[in-house]
Amino acid sequence: MGRQLLINDLDKEGIATLAGYKANGGYAALEKALKMKPEEVVSEVQKSGLRGRGGAGFPTGLKWSFIAKPPGVPRYLVCNADESEPGTFKDRYLMQRKPHILIEGMIISSFALGANTSYIYIRGEMMYQFHILEKAIQEAYDAGYLGKNILGTGYDLNLYVHCGAGAYICGEETGLIESLEGKRGNPRIKPPFPAVKGVWQCPTVVNNVETLAAVVPIIDMTGDEYAKIGVGKSTGTKLISASGHINKPGVYEIELGVPVEEFIYSDAYCGGIKNGKKMKAVVAGGSSVPILPTELILKTAKGEPRLMSYESLNHGGFITGTMLGSGGFIVMDEDTSVVKNLWNFTRFYHHESCGQCSPCREGTGWMEKILHKFLDGHATVKDIDLLWDIQSKIDSRTICPLGEAAAWPVASTIRHFRSEFEEYINKGESFKDVKHYFRVNNLQPA
Amino acid sequence: MAKVTIDGQTIEVPEGTSILNAARMIGGEIVPPAMCYYTSLETSGGYCRTCMVKVVKGSEKDPRPMPKLVASCRQPVMDGMEVQNITSPEVIEARAGVVEFLLMNHPLDCPICDQAGECNLQDLGYEHGKDGTRYEFERREFEKKDIGDKIQLHMTRCILCYRCVKVADQLCPSRVHGVMNRGDVSEISTYIEKAIDNEMSGNMIDVCPVGALTDKTFRFKSRVWFTKPVEAHRNCTKCSGNVRLWFKGADVLRVTGRKDEWGEVKEFICNECRYDKKSVSDWVIEQPTHVDRHSVISQNHYENLKQMKLDTQRIKAKLPEKKTNGNTK
Repeated sequence: MGRQLLINDLDKEGIATLAGYKANGGYAALEKALKMKPEEVVSEVQKSGLRGRGGAGFPTGLKWSFIAKPPGVPRYLVCNADESEPGTFKDRYLMQRKPHILIEGMIISSFALGANTSYIYIRGEMMYQFHILEKAIQEAYDAGYLGKNILGTGYDLNLYVHCGAGAYICGEETGLIESLEGKRGNPRIKPPFPAVKGVWQCPTVVNNVETLAAVVPIIDMTGDEYAKIGVGKSTGTKLISASGHINKPGVYEIELGVPVEEFIYSDAYCGGIKNGKKMKAVVAGGSSVPILPTELILKTAKGEPRLMSYESLNHGGFITGTMLGSGGFIVMDEDTSVVKNLWNFTRFYHHESCGQCSPCREGTGWMEKILHKFLDGHATVKDIDLLWDIQSKIDSRTICPLGEAAAWPVASTIRHFRSEFEEYINKGESFKDVKHYFRVNNLQPA
Repeated sequence: MAKVTIDGQTIEVPEGTSILNAARMIGGEIVPPAMCYYTSLETSGGYCRTCMVKVVKGSEKDPRPMPKLVASCRQPVMDGMEVQNITSPEVIEARAGVVEFLLMNHPLDCPICDQAGECNLQDLGYEHGKDGTRYEFERREFEKKDIGDKIQLHMTRCILCYRCVKVADQLCPSRVHGVMNRGDVSEISTYIEKAIDNEMSGNMIDVCPVGALTDKTFRFKSRVWFTKPVEAHRNCTKCSGNVRLWFKGADVLRVTGRKDEWGEVKEFICNECRYDKKSVSDWVIEQPTHVDRHSVISQNHYENLKQMKLDTQRIKAKLPEKKTNGNTK
């Protein structure tokens, strides 16, 4: 088991409260950061090599350095807590168990960016976590960590939690900003980027919950120390939400660079495949990243062991690789139908498409209907090619990445599991309902 | 000023001009089609994806090509930018894909649609579409909604270009309609069935690229190609009063704004001019409207398009597979 920086002390009593959090070394990083200059905080984060934990893996320090600083215009920091990717549940866990690490991280980051108002945009379904955060923020206000003149340094910050109404698209940063402003959550057309014109047309940085929480250990241990954890350009630790047919599903904090094989089979992590079955496929970073069969997830196409890192998982591009994404690690055993799984993903994207641009609005529904045809046993070989053609016409032709997120699983499933589509075609209706992915929450034996 | 090259033709345009507008300044067959962009409506464009082009050279300073196709209506030009529209097979293919998506759920009721003949989607489908569909499922339908006695809403025909929403936002005193729901069931609607009734609301009809919003006072009166357009004006306190009258015989069947060669209204007109002034004596007639060739009202329009399609293929056939370095000298 490697080092844990975010969820190391969850078993301590009262860690969700301010007193418990402080007793375990909380808010020390904030005091340290407020004695530094904002630029120094930014440079620490740059040195740490921290990359966005929401999915894209963009270097956080670089993102912060892009923020426009016109005089007299306020800047904003927004925390993206609209975690809705199927397979990802790390942010919810962190906010529920340890809300103060997010608040502390947000105060440090707001200070670094020069923001005096910050928002946490939380997903509408997470009402329970919403109340936890509200309570924690009130505690922080009472203790003088928020509000006017924080810890006597003259720095002011107001922090608000804003509740979404339950739309996946509002996790896209510009869609989130529109929704935060009280409008329909349609992603904006870029440029201008949020770093220039974001919330209320002012410079804005949008970061994931885990990214902002990771700022706390970075300040605690200095950026150089943090950069020593991990492998290559993938530094630090990452929360992985492991689910599917494994013995020990849950949220794990790993040092980036753990071999995938160790992560799946070691008892410290997932503990192997449930019921002694064989592994069939893995979706390594949340539903939108390409699915990989066993031989490609354990080893790259070159035969090197694959590691849990941004580069190693991406090795081979989209032909033989995938992405670390948001860390939603879904393991499927040999009895799983990847076609049915794909239909379920596609149904999700169809339901969540905002309907703004034509390829995604029309294409996602079309793909879902064709996949349903496969499940019903009415599909023909032509439908595989049609599906391929549709996804290629959605991929990278849309305003926001939802189009890509919908296209990649389709492309990768066809690429790696074409024979299974053919099996559905050949067996026809008799194949209906034989295999299920969402059996019963992984709790009962098959 | 920025120098931009589109399909081998170079033009200098002011900084900040979009690629689409730069192409329109050059004119001709290299202009990308646009279904949702509307020059006079701010923040319009970017939704329909028909105007996508390939940027093979970003700018003089940063000559890297852009990784994805870009919506030319929202992408500003940079000095030294090189753009491929009809010379890029990738763009042609992507556009065909978008047209297929747009037509997928669009009813083929052109024979009973008032927009037929001046419909952007009809033209687009003819230019870039296929003669059959690969979509074999039921087309989506919407419940009929009544939005007042002047405007007829056919949601099934809508392609969600958001132009009418922007008209209401930017021209009308208040907006009572918008886009409800999301994804492929999103629809233009008023929240509670309410009549859209304010002075400039009629412009929604003019900006609609398809037959989703049509003029109830003109409904089923005549096919547009049987009417004769003339330019006319009157003294109006609410708008410029510069309109286009559509005659059949001696009767004015409808009044619309004057559209330019790209199908965009030059000056928006008020509802009084549009609905209430339908006698010849209300108007000072200036001249017959110049009907340009890009219009079904003009004879042999589709023959011209056919020729254009052939020309495009010819250009494509001539091009080498990969251009070297984007050097056009």
